[in-house]
Amino acid sequence: MFVNNDVKNAMAMEERHVIKLSDPDHPVILSTEDLHVYYGKKEALFEGDLEFASNQISALIGPSGSGKSTYLRSLNRMNDRIATVTGKIMYRGVDINQPSIDVYEMRRRVGMVFQRPNPFAKSIYDNIAFALRLRGVTGKHKLDEIVETSLKQAALWDQVKDDLNKSALALSGGQAQRLCIARAIAIKPDILLLDEPASALDPVSTGQLEDTLLSLKEHYTIIIVTHNMQQAARISEYTAFFNQGRVLEYDTTSHIFTNPSVQVTSDYVSGNFG
Amino acid sequence: MKTTEQLEAKLKRRSKAAKLEIWGRLVSLTALMLIVAVVVAIIGFVASKGIATFTSNHVSLWDFLSGKSWNPGVNGANGKPEVGALPMIVGSFLITILSAIVATPFAIGTAVFMNEISPNKGAKILQPVTELLVGIPSVVYGFIGLSVVVPTTRAIFGGSGFGILSGTCVLFVMILPTVTSMSADALRAVPRYYREASLALGATQWQTIYKVVLRAATPGLMTAVVFGMARAFGEALAVQMVIGNAALMPNSLVSPSSTLTSVLTTGIGNTVMGSLQNNALWSLALVLLFMSLVFNLIIRLIGRKGRLQ
Ligand SMILES: Nc1ncnc2c1ncn2[C@@H]1O[C@H](COP(=O)(O)OP(=O)(O)OP(=O)(O)O)[C@@H](O)[C@H]1O
Ligand SMILES: [Mg+2]
Repeated sequence: MFVNNDVKNAMAMEERHVIKLSDPDHPVILSTEDLHVYYGKKEALFEGDLEFASNQISALIGPSGSGKSTYLRSLNRMNDRIATVTGKIMYRGVDINQPSIDVYEMRRRVGMVFQRPNPFAKSIYDNIAFALRLRGVTGKHKLDEIVETSLKQAALWDQVKDDLNKSALALSGGQAQRLCIARAIAIKPDILLLDEPASALDPVSTGQLEDTLLSLKEHYTIIIVTHNMQQAARISEYTAFFNQGRVLEYDTTSHIFTNPSVQVTSDYVSGNFG
Repeated sequence: MKTTEQLEAKLKRRSKAAKLEIWGRLVSLTALMLIVAVVVAIIGFVASKGIATFTSNHVSLWDFLSGKSWNPGVNGANGKPEVGALPMIVGSFLITILSAIVATPFAIGTAVFMNEISPNKGAKILQPVTELLVGIPSVVYGFIGLSVVVPTTRAIFGGSGFGILSGTCVLFVMILPTVTSMSADALRAVPRYYREASLALGATQWQTIYKVVLRAATPGLMTAVVFGMARAFGEALAVQMVIGNAALMPNSLVSPSSTLTSVLTTGIGNTVMGSLQNNALWSLALVLLFMSLVFNLIIRLIGRKGRLQ
């Protein structure tokens, strides 16, 4: 009766809590097993073992330097030339972390949007058509159609439909980031990886971006790194908490934010961290 | 009240730092003025001398630029001195453009290798080699040209071996390092996120280089090439050693000809100040000076356009 509540909680707390998914409506589309990432000799990620549900949004949160970007960039092999990645990345049953995988073909299915909006110094149209043309889509009609649907899905069409031939560099930060999303979804990937896509945006643009992501969920599986915990809570179904290169906790977003199993997660989401 | 005045006095007093500031400005301003004065003096001097051909010797500008025979010592059939600079102008442009055409693919290829394909080897081997090549004096290039390139040309194409072709070969090697290192700088200036964006869209490395990196670096690459051309246009010694120095219209790439610079270096010591022969050479120098201004202008224009993008 007189046991201190904190102590009791701490005793109940686990060291690590990572669930396996079992939602038949949203089967696992991507998972990692025993993923380790080394920058030179330095290990930056120790055993990432997460599963991602299809057509859901999963958020990766955690303090700066905890390995979120490292993990995310490994998922579509963007770390290939920078780091050594060991372990399995299972995408629809295929380990895409094998040397024999054609990374270019794989990245068409696993697209990525970066923290900093990075449109090419080309027109809005050419930005979106870029990856399509690489894949031999050249028919004007077909390109027009895909450009339009991609921009519509990214909620940018109405703002730029008259300026498709203007330079993409003239767009505002929020528009540029949505253009990057449109560019990424133009090749119809399965999975969209986003690394802090809203960190350079103002609150209004951030809100629009979140709405866009929520509507994209219907067609794509989304994995998003974010520093903004409200954002994770608002848009994601699942949340993974990273700390010092480890996934400490992975569960439904409501579990992570209301009733975390690991003390460090609890400290982090309640702002008592550090 | 008193304290306010004290404070004001203190703030208004020239401190040691403020004096030092004034001194620093004075020194750098003087240096700047001196350089401007020197440049203006050079341009003024060359211009006044170069114009003398047209003002005191009454050669028409058109005859000078379009005349095909160069023989300032004698009067031609029409009784006017033969100061047609066209062969040299053509020679200079031909050799410049040819060497740029040959050097550009090699330079950009090397820069791509250094920067995109194998940055490690690039930094360890190619960078120092390039820098070394930049530092080799032009007489060495000329000497190698004379003892290797000219005999080879002679063996393959016959004739004397002296001519535009040999000059192009020598200039190609001479401007290659400059164009390469400037091209590498241009590629380095392309932000990393462009490459990442392209790779993340499933582009291969070649597609990324070709469609994104080279496109984004185009203004810088053009600047590099024009810089190389400016260097080739102005190079005198090495060219003079292999071109044959015949002030004739080049009728083939392997016939002896000359450039503005080679005629200047061979001729300037053999003429008397103030004579037509001497003035005509100054006119050639004026053409050279004018052309280097044009090259500079082009480089600036490209730079400005690149920034606007
Ligand atoms: N290219 C790199 N080379 C070497 N070390 C790196 C590199 N990128 C990241 N690291 C290191 O890996 C660790 C994890 O970095 P990472 O960028 O994945 O963190 P993060 O969770 O994304 O942080 P942030 O929230 O600040 O983006 C850090 O210690 C970082 O210093
Ligand atoms: Mg990061």
